[in-house]
Amino acid sequence: MNRFDYIRPASVPEAIAAGAAPGSVYLAAGTNLLDLMKGAVAQPERIVDITRLPGLDRIDWLPGGDVRIGALVRNADLAYDMRFARTFPAVAEALLSGASPQLRNAATVGGNLMQRTRCAYFHDLASACNRRAPGSGCDARDGENRLHAVLGWSESCVATHPSDFSVPLVALDAVIEVEGPAGAREIAVAALHSLPGTTPERETVLAPGELILALRIPVRAAAFARHARYLKLRERASYAFAVVSAAAALELEAGVIREARIALGGVAAKPWRANEAELSLAGINPTREAFLKAAELALAEARPSGDNAFKIELARRIVMRALTLALEGTPAVMPALPASPFSAIPEAKLFGANHVA
Amino acid sequence: MSLSISLAINGQPRHIALDDPRVTLLDLLREQLDLTGTKKGCDRGQCGACTVLVDGRRINSCLALVASLDGAEITTIEGLAAGEVLHPVQAAFIAHDGFQCGYCTPGQIMSAIGLITEGQAGDDPERIRELMSGNICRCGAYQGITEAVLDAQKALAERKGRDAA
Repeated sequence: MNRFDYIRPASVPEAIAAGAAPGSVYLAAGTNLLDLMKGAVAQPERIVDITRLPGLDRIDWLPGGDVRIGALVRNADLAYDMRFARTFPAVAEALLSGASPQLRNAATVGGNLMQRTRCAYFHDLASACNRRAPGSGCDARDGENRLHAVLGWSESCVATHPSDFSVPLVALDAVIEVEGPAGAREIAVAALHSLPGTTPERETVLAPGELILALRIPVRAAAFARHARYLKLRERASYAFAVVSAAAALELEAGVIREARIALGGVAAKPWRANEAELSLAGINPTREAFLKAAELALAEARPSGDNAFKIELARRIVMRALTLALEGTPAVMPALPASPFSAIPEAKLFGANHVA
Repeated sequence: MSLSISLAINGQPRHIALDDPRVTLLDLLREQLDLTGTKKGCDRGQCGACTVLVDGRRINSCLALVASLDGAEITTIEGLAAGEVLHPVQAAFIAHDGFQCGYCTPGQIMSAIGLITEGQAGDDPERIRELMSGNICRCGAYQGITEAVLDAQKALAERKGRDAA
């Protein structure tokens, strides 16, 4: 780990002034940052510890029904907040499917959104990586790339964004409140992360010094509470990043879909909202054929970036399964294995193949 | 630049003069305070061997900077037993053979205490396994670990009931 200056500002303006200086990074729990620093992937000159900034650790229900979550609220505290989990069950399920209990106890809401890719070439200093060292090339293109992106990738970078939490957030139109040297602004979570293009080193749209203060989920998203799931396929049952994942939420009226929300994880450098798939479901009956068509539309632009063509079909199937389980209804209690397609839900009457048998 | 940090470690107030902000909680415990019960496995938050309680919550001490923990209360494996009397989770790990080589055991026990405090598992072995998934045991003592956590949870609930009566 490189040497760095450590400062612990007492106010947001102080933090932003320090955070805007070249070489500065913000520290919340540090569960991702310290890992990166131990591997010398991140070598900050100055660490600005934001954990003592006042008022950022609260969950507030605003008068209109939106929820405002401070950037320093811990992942576990949000997922286990009863009102939050009832109102936005797919978000709670996504949170509980990520990392381990120890990491969820430490990791913050803002830090989760700002976590870096888990691409092995990004983490290996001996490899070429345009994201870590612009212009050096991308060793993932001809390397071990079966878990890499199938949507929105470029010749410069095929990395994926690892956050589970952000997948239902983009489906539910969540926004972040940001403050920086040029003032305050709001950014849709869907617009926070950048696709790589020719500048993969620009991972988010945040300007130097801009700090996430809070996350807001609009009251409109609560309309999906009874039919919302997050499903995540992993290479082991627990404590692993997604191969592919999907958030699906339905608002039903007299058996007809009024509105659908779908987003995918593990497929691109950002959480991937499937707008056309959603529109294809609006105003129609929830049938197997309709869900299959939605799954096709969600992956219509997908193409393999290496040995990962299988992820396209897998992603279609996880969308199909997430929609099917969302239609069955949000489980009354959180499944024992949150987000797992292998978690038995006894009353579910699935279309097609059923692992529960 | 020296940072002055106050911690309570296993109930004892400690004042730490940090001359380098890079020190993790794990390295402070092991290298400076001679509390070597907390183990270093991967040092990257993947194995759980370094699990301790910070303000009552289980976290990976390898991924926490001491500089950021000023004022925190830390509990390590050394802080559990009352003299020769083992903590119920320690006793349950022995009773159920919840280990073989023992290297992961302090982390497993601290994680189990965190799990029981969180109260999210009920008496469902599947939930216990899922909520212990941040602790790797390369000897594969998972069956004994799951039984130990279930048993210790019951013992602690009974003790709590007795104390309340």
